[in-house]
Amino acid sequence: MLNKGGNRDTTQMLMARSVPGRMGVVTPDLDVPAAPLPAAAYLRDDLPLPEVSEPEVVQYFTALSQLNFSIDTHFYPLGSCTMKYNPKINDEVAFLPGFAGIHPQQPVELSQGALELLYRLQGFLSEITGMDATSLATLAGAHGELAGVLMMRAYHLSRGDTRRTKMAIPDSAHGTNPASAAMAGFDVVTVPSDSDGNTDLDALRALADDDLAGLMITLPSTLGLFDTKILEVCQVVHDCGGLVYGDGANMNALLGRAKLGHLGFDVCHLNLHKTFSTPHGGGGPGAGPVCCGASLAPYLAAPIVAQTAAGDYVIAQPPDSIGKTSGFHGNFGVLVRAYTYIRTLGAAGLTSISGNAVLNANYLMHALKDIYALPYDRTCMHEVVFSADRQHERGVSGLQVAKRLLDYGFHAPTMYFPLIVHEALMIEPTESETKDTLDAFIDALRAIDHEATTDPTLVQQAPHTTPVSRLDEATAARRPILRWQPAAD
Amino acid sequence: MVTSFQSHYIPNTPAEQDALLAAIGLRHMDDLFHDIPQDYRNPELNLPAPLSELDIQRELGQLAARNRPLSSGPSFLGAGSYHHFIPSIVKALMTRGEFLTAYTPYQPEVSQGTLQVIFEFQTMISGLYGMEVANAGMYDGATSLAEAVLMACRVTRRARVIVTDSVAPAYREVITTYCQAQGITIDVLPAAQAGAAVTESTAGIVAQYPNFYGALDDLSGLAQSAHDDGALLVVSADPLAMGMLRPPGNFGADIVTGEGQPLGIPPSYGGPYLGLFSCQQQYIRQMPSRLVGRTTDTAGRTGYVLTLQTREQHIRRERATSNICTNEALYALAASIYLAAMGRRGLRQVAELCYHKSHYAAERIDALPGYSVATDGEFFQEFVVSCPSPPADVNRWLMSQDILGGLDVSDRFDNGMLLCVTEMNTRAEIDLLVDALSAIA
Repeated sequence: MLNKGGNRDTTQMLMARSVPGRMGVVTPDLDVPAAPLPAAAYLRDDLPLPEVSEPEVVQYFTALSQLNFSIDTHFYPLGSCTMKYNPKINDEVAFLPGFAGIHPQQPVELSQGALELLYRLQGFLSEITGMDATSLATLAGAHGELAGVLMMRAYHLSRGDTRRTKMAIPDSAHGTNPASAAMAGFDVVTVPSDSDGNTDLDALRALADDDLAGLMITLPSTLGLFDTKILEVCQVVHDCGGLVYGDGANMNALLGRAKLGHLGFDVCHLNLHKTFSTPHGGGGPGAGPVCCGASLAPYLAAPIVAQTAAGDYVIAQPPDSIGKTSGFHGNFGVLVRAYTYIRTLGAAGLTSISGNAVLNANYLMHALKDIYALPYDRTCMHEVVFSADRQHERGVSGLQVAKRLLDYGFHAPTMYFPLIVHEALMIEPTESETKDTLDAFIDALRAIDHEATTDPTLVQQAPHTTPVSRLDEATAARRPILRWQPAAD
Repeated sequence: MVTSFQSHYIPNTPAEQDALLAAIGLRHMDDLFHDIPQDYRNPELNLPAPLSELDIQRELGQLAARNRPLSSGPSFLGAGSYHHFIPSIVKALMTRGEFLTAYTPYQPEVSQGTLQVIFEFQTMISGLYGMEVANAGMYDGATSLAEAVLMACRVTRRARVIVTDSVAPAYREVITTYCQAQGITIDVLPAAQAGAAVTESTAGIVAQYPNFYGALDDLSGLAQSAHDDGALLVVSADPLAMGMLRPPGNFGADIVTGEGQPLGIPPSYGGPYLGLFSCQQQYIRQMPSRLVGRTTDTAGRTGYVLTLQTREQHIRRERATSNICTNEALYALAASIYLAAMGRRGLRQVAELCYHKSHYAAERIDALPGYSVATDGEFFQEFVVSCPSPPADVNRWLMSQDILGGLDVSDRFDNGMLLCVTEMNTRAEIDLLVDALSAIA
C-alpha cells in the first residue's frame, strides 16, 4: 500500500476536512418566487455536514476504496458467501434510464418493460428451483427467510392447525435461520448432524410431531456436503404434517444439477448476490426471492407480477399473502442484474457454473487435506470445510491462519463456522478463479502451515502488510465510539 | 450432457478442467454429483438459449425502452420515492470495483474503506436526524420503520403500538407483516388523537415527518404524550427535508428511521433503496443491524470495526435483535458521497428549492377554478390537491400531455391527488402542469 499525502491521506474524517465556504455541488437558481419559510419552530439552525469541494470528495473516497479487498482486486475463498465474479454488463443495464429512472408507482402502462422482466425472472427462478411460483419482493436472504417461514405459519393457521409452534433447524445452520424463525414466532429446536455430516434422521424423527411447523435446512449444507438422506429428511417432515424450507445460500452447487422442488422442499429463498452474481457492495444490496410449491403460492409476499389474458403485465397480490415485506416491488436493480446473468448463461451455462464451482472446491480439498484436517472426507460440493486443529496443536489458531492469508494477498476464508467444526476454515473458491489462482492459494496455505512450525509468532501476529494490523475489538464494544465528534479528534 | 459449455465467466478451459479432474482422480464432472439421488440428478432446465453481450444489450435495451423514465417529461409523482438530482461523482465512486465488489467488512484489516465510509455515514445520518447513534443501514424505509416498532416493544417490554394514519400505507402494511407473529397489537389513529390514546401498555407512537400526505404533524406533542406514559416516539423522516426542517431528535423522538433514497439513489422502480435507522445512545443494545465503531490497531493507529455484534444473528441466533444480515451497504456509500458533496449549504439549498417550487405550484393550482389544496398548514415538497374530477381521469389527461401526475389518494381525500415538486421540476414544467390541470377543470 503506497502512502498518500495531503488530502489523499485517509486519516482525517470529512468533518475534520471541512472548510467554511467550500462546496461540492452548485445548485440551480430558484426560478419561482420564494415562499415564506415555515415558522421558526419548524426550522433547524445547524446542519452538521462538511463543506468540501468536489475534487476533495473524489480524492477521499477513492483513497478509501483502495483500503479494501474486493473481488476485482483479490481472491475471496469465503465459504457460504459465493464471492464470484460480478459481470460489468449487469451493472451497465441496471443503470439504463428506462430501469434506474422509473418510479415504482408510475402506471403499469408506463412500466411494461420492467414488469415483463420481473415476470420472466419469476419464471426463471421457479424453473431453476423446481417450484411453482416466485415472489421477488424480499430484499436479502434473511428477508426471504422471514417471508418463507411466515408463509409456513400462514399455511398451518389457514388449516386451523394452531399447535405447530416448533421450527427444526440443523446445528450447522446460518444464524439467520433461527433468527428468522424467532421473528415468525417459532420456538427453535436444533437437529444434530450425524458423523457423515448428514442430518441425524433419528433425532429428526424424535422431533417430528404434530407441533412441528417444519424444518429449515440448507442444501448443500454449510459443511459443503450434499445430504445423501435428503429424500428421507423431507419425508419425515411431511409425514408429521410439517413443511420443508430450503435456505438457498448454497445454490451455486446445484444449478442445473438438482431442483429443490423435486427433492421435496416446499419453499426456499435464493441469494441473488451470491449464486446469481450481483455485486455484494460491501454488505448489500442483495435480493432474496422466495420460490414455493403450489400449496404455499397463495401466501407469497406481495406484490407479484402477473400477465393478463390480453398479454399485459400487472402488479398482483397473492390471495392469502403474508403481506407486503418492503416498500415497493423488491430490489429491482438487483433483479435486473440477475435476469441479465441468467440470460447470458442459459441452462448450459448455469450447469457449467455449478460443475466448475464444485470441481474447484474438490481440487482444493484434495490438494490440502494432507496438511489441514478434513472432518468429513467425502466429495464436497461448492465449498470445503477444513479444521485448523493440527495447526492449533502448534499454537496457531484457525483465525491466525486466516489472518496470515491476508498477507499473501488472499481474503480470509469463513472462520469458526459452521459451529460444529472445531477451528473451522470454510473455503469456497467459486467457478470464477483460474487454476493458477487456486494453485497460488494452495501454496499459501501450505506455506502458512510451515510457518506455524518455523515461526509461529509470524502467523499469530498477522496480518503484517495490511493498512491496519489487528484491531482492538474488545475496547470498541466496551466503549463504543459510533460517530465523529469534534472533541474526540 | 451440456457440461462442455464454455462461458466467458469461467476461466478454466475444458482442458484445464480435465487436468483438475485428473488431479482428484475423476474423469467426468458429473462424477462430482453422485451424492444427489440418481433419479433427481441433471433435471431438464428449461431456460431460453444464452445470449452474447451484444444481444443482451439489445434485449435489455428494448425492455428498458418500454418504460417511461422520470427524466423523459414533467413528473410530479413522489409518495415515498423521489426524483432528485444526483451528482455524477456518486455513480463514478460507488461503482469502483473496490467498493462495489467488496464483501461485508468482517475482516477489518482489509475493509477499512467500507468501514470508514460507514462511520462517516453513521455520523452524518445521526446529525441529520438530531440523534445520538445511527446504524450502518437497513433494507429500506418501510422495513426500517417496522424494525423500529419491534425495537420499541423490546425496549419498553410492551406489545401495543399506535401508528398514525398519516404514515405511508405501504409502511403500515409492512409493520403489520413484521408484527403478525409477535403478538403486537397495532392501533391506527389520526395524529391528533394518538397522544390521548397512549396508556401504560403502549410501547410507542409511530409517526411520519413530513407525513405521507405532506403535512408536518406536531412531533413535540406526540413525544410528550408518549413519554408521559413511558412509551417511545418513533418517527420516519425524509432525510432530504432535514436540510431545512428541525429534526425529530430535537422534538424528543427516541427512534428515527427513514428512506435514504432521496440521498443520491435513483428511483429504480422501488429498489435497491436504503433504510436509515437512528436512536438515542441508551437504546443501542436493542438496535437491529450492523454498527461500525472506532478503535485502534496493535500499532496504535485509528481503525474501524463492526461492533456490538452480540446483538446480531450470526452470534446470538434466535435471540438476536433482528435476523437482518446483508443490507444496503453500497447505498450507504452512495448517500455518504451525496451528503459529502452537497454539504452543509448544498443540502439546505436543495431542500429550499423543493420547498419554494412546491409552494409555487400549490399556490397556482389552488387558484384554479375547481381545485384546492387540501393539505393543512405547513408542508415541505408534497401536498394534496382536491381535483374537480376523479384523479384517475385527471392523470390520464395529464399523461396524454406527457405529464406524470400525482398519486391518487381519493380513498382519503375527496378527489385527492398527492403531488410532489422537487428541484428537478423547472418553473416551465410547473406552469405546464397548471395549464394542463386548468384545461380539465
